Amino acid sequence: MPLILDIAITHIAGRGRQTVVAVLGVAVGVGFSIAMAALMQGGQDDFVRQLVDTMPHVDITDDQRSARRQPAEDAFATVAISGLRPRDDRRGIINPTAATAWLESWIPGRFAASLKTQGVVRYSSREVGASIIGVDPQRELGVSPIVGKFIKGSFADLAAGGNNVLIGDTMANRLGAGLGDTITAVSSQGLTRNFKIGALFHTGTTARDEGEAYVLLKNAQIVSARPNAINEIRIKLDDPNRAPAVAKRAEAELGYKAVAWQEANESILQALVVRNVIMYTVVGAIMLVAGFGIYNIISTITHEKARDIAIMKSLGFPEADMRRLFLLEGMAIGAGGSAIGCVLGFAMIYALSMVRFQIAATGQEITHLPIAWSLLHYVIASAFALGSAAVAGYLPARRAARLNPVDIIRGAT
Amino acid sequence: MTALIETEHLTRVLPEIIPVTLVRDITLSIGDNELVAVTGPSGSGKSSLLYLLGLLDRPTGGTLRIGGRDAGPMDERERAATRLSELGFVFQFHFLLPEFTARENVEIPMRKLGRLTRQEMHDRAGDLLASLGLGDHLDKRPDQLSGGQRQRVAVARALANDPPLILADEPTGSLDTRSSEQVFTILEELVRKRGKSVVAVTHDLDMAARMDRRIELVDGRIR
Repeated sequence: MPLILDIAITHIAGRGRQTVVAVLGVAVGVGFSIAMAALMQGGQDDFVRQLVDTMPHVDITDDQRSARRQPAEDAFATVAISGLRPRDDRRGIINPTAATAWLESWIPGRFAASLKTQGVVRYSSREVGASIIGVDPQRELGVSPIVGKFIKGSFADLAAGGNNVLIGDTMANRLGAGLGDTITAVSSQGLTRNFKIGALFHTGTTARDEGEAYVLLKNAQIVSARPNAINEIRIKLDDPNRAPAVAKRAEAELGYKAVAWQEANESILQALVVRNVIMYTVVGAIMLVAGFGIYNIISTITHEKARDIAIMKSLGFPEADMRRLFLLEGMAIGAGGSAIGCVLGFAMIYALSMVRFQIAATGQEITHLPIAWSLLHYVIASAFALGSAAVAGYLPARRAARLNPVDIIRGAT
Repeated sequence: MTALIETEHLTRVLPEIIPVTLVRDITLSIGDNELVAVTGPSGSGKSSLLYLLGLLDRPTGGTLRIGGRDAGPMDERERAATRLSELGFVFQFHFLLPEFTARENVEIPMRKLGRLTRQEMHDRAGDLLASLGLGDHLDKRPDQLSGGQRQRVAVARALANDPPLILADEPTGSLDTRSSEQVFTILEELVRKRGKSVVAVTHDLDMAARMDRRIELVDGRIR
């Protein structure tokens, strides 16, 4: 074993209790950092996963990012035109067959076209405002957020009858209607059509459970008086991270606004970045406290070992050796603390992953805490601990190296 | 023949508000096989001179040559390397590393120099300690040894790298009469039998009288 390492180990082993306290200080810091990072990262991943799962990765609608140029603007070379009544554009995605065929040729995933219209759902004397969404049951299966969320019936019931509708349980409660009851959909064009409730879903998203009614595409086109029209194409990609590129290409080709899920949730994703900054700041603070523990013990050792430092320098050890010696002692405490902290962190994460509880008030069940099992957390926490240990060890080590042996020898004699 | 140590007008002044002169205008030479006593009243600069000769302190004036090399331009690392291979120190207190055994303490300078194998260091440390009457105490830590035994371990450590010159700062100052006699005899034998040179600071004038040469300091100057 190298001499300096031998002396370093002898020093810290000779101060058993303080060494154990310092090592445990680092270990607790590392352990809690890992556990906290796993919990926060797990929560974040779970949140993003739900976000990605419940909405289309790319949503193409019949909107434009900016208003269309009016014919008068093209016809006259004027600075400004006032008092012009804009031309009414025909809503909906023009030539939907060609659009969907083009998408079919290259989209790495699944997509479904739909017609969404605003209206009212009426049952008896009760009315609830709703988005009436006309879908193709076959295609919708690949992108729909409600598939697998049914509490009564199933998504297949939409195609089972010619006039079936799928609504959320909250809407059904507000209407006072149940499975098999016939409700009336009234579109903004004033057209009405009766539908039989084929199934009830519960997604946990209030806006969806209370405000969406799914019907066959054909029925939606009838009730909104727009035969063959669609106004939305929802895309689910095999790799959600490719959404911005897919949205950009689709928008450039089709001319309609295509929004990737990242764009639609930009503010949330920014908030997650801030959350991460806060998390790592807290982790840093924990490690800083652990660093003070290391500083304290190394500082104490250098103070108590001043005579040994003097004698080693008189024997022929240069200052660099003294710096290395105490830096090594700090690093040894940091390394020991990191190793124990990793085990502690793993144990804490494992224990947290075993916790199961229910939120009774909403009737939803959280089966377990969302945990992210990532080696990166261990690496970051250990690196931070070793960095803190290095700084905490270096400062007293530098001071020790600069000690004048003559002063100490004179003081000792 | 090159002297082991030569000084010319060596001076050390502490840069206080009122400067304190520790040693002034010291010119001396220590050759091979010399047992030299440095004597003088307390505060006369004996230990300060020894620390300057041992490269533990830097002079503020004059020159110092060790083995013919000017120590003035040496950087901290060169000075440490010179201490390691060419000088041995024995202090009034043993200054052994308390966590290590007698043998390990003697091995430390050898391990730092790194010229011998681990086994050779082990054997040499054992031989040195045995030659100083400590063959039965090789694996004892300093707190398990008497004052005289500790000081003999310190002498063995000073000899570990076989330096030509031993600098001893009141090596018997903290010992009883019997132990003092033992340590002095060892220092004497280093010169007579092992061909070393020893410069020893001492208050003991009887002991100084038994040495080859005596340098007496008064107020930092050679009298």
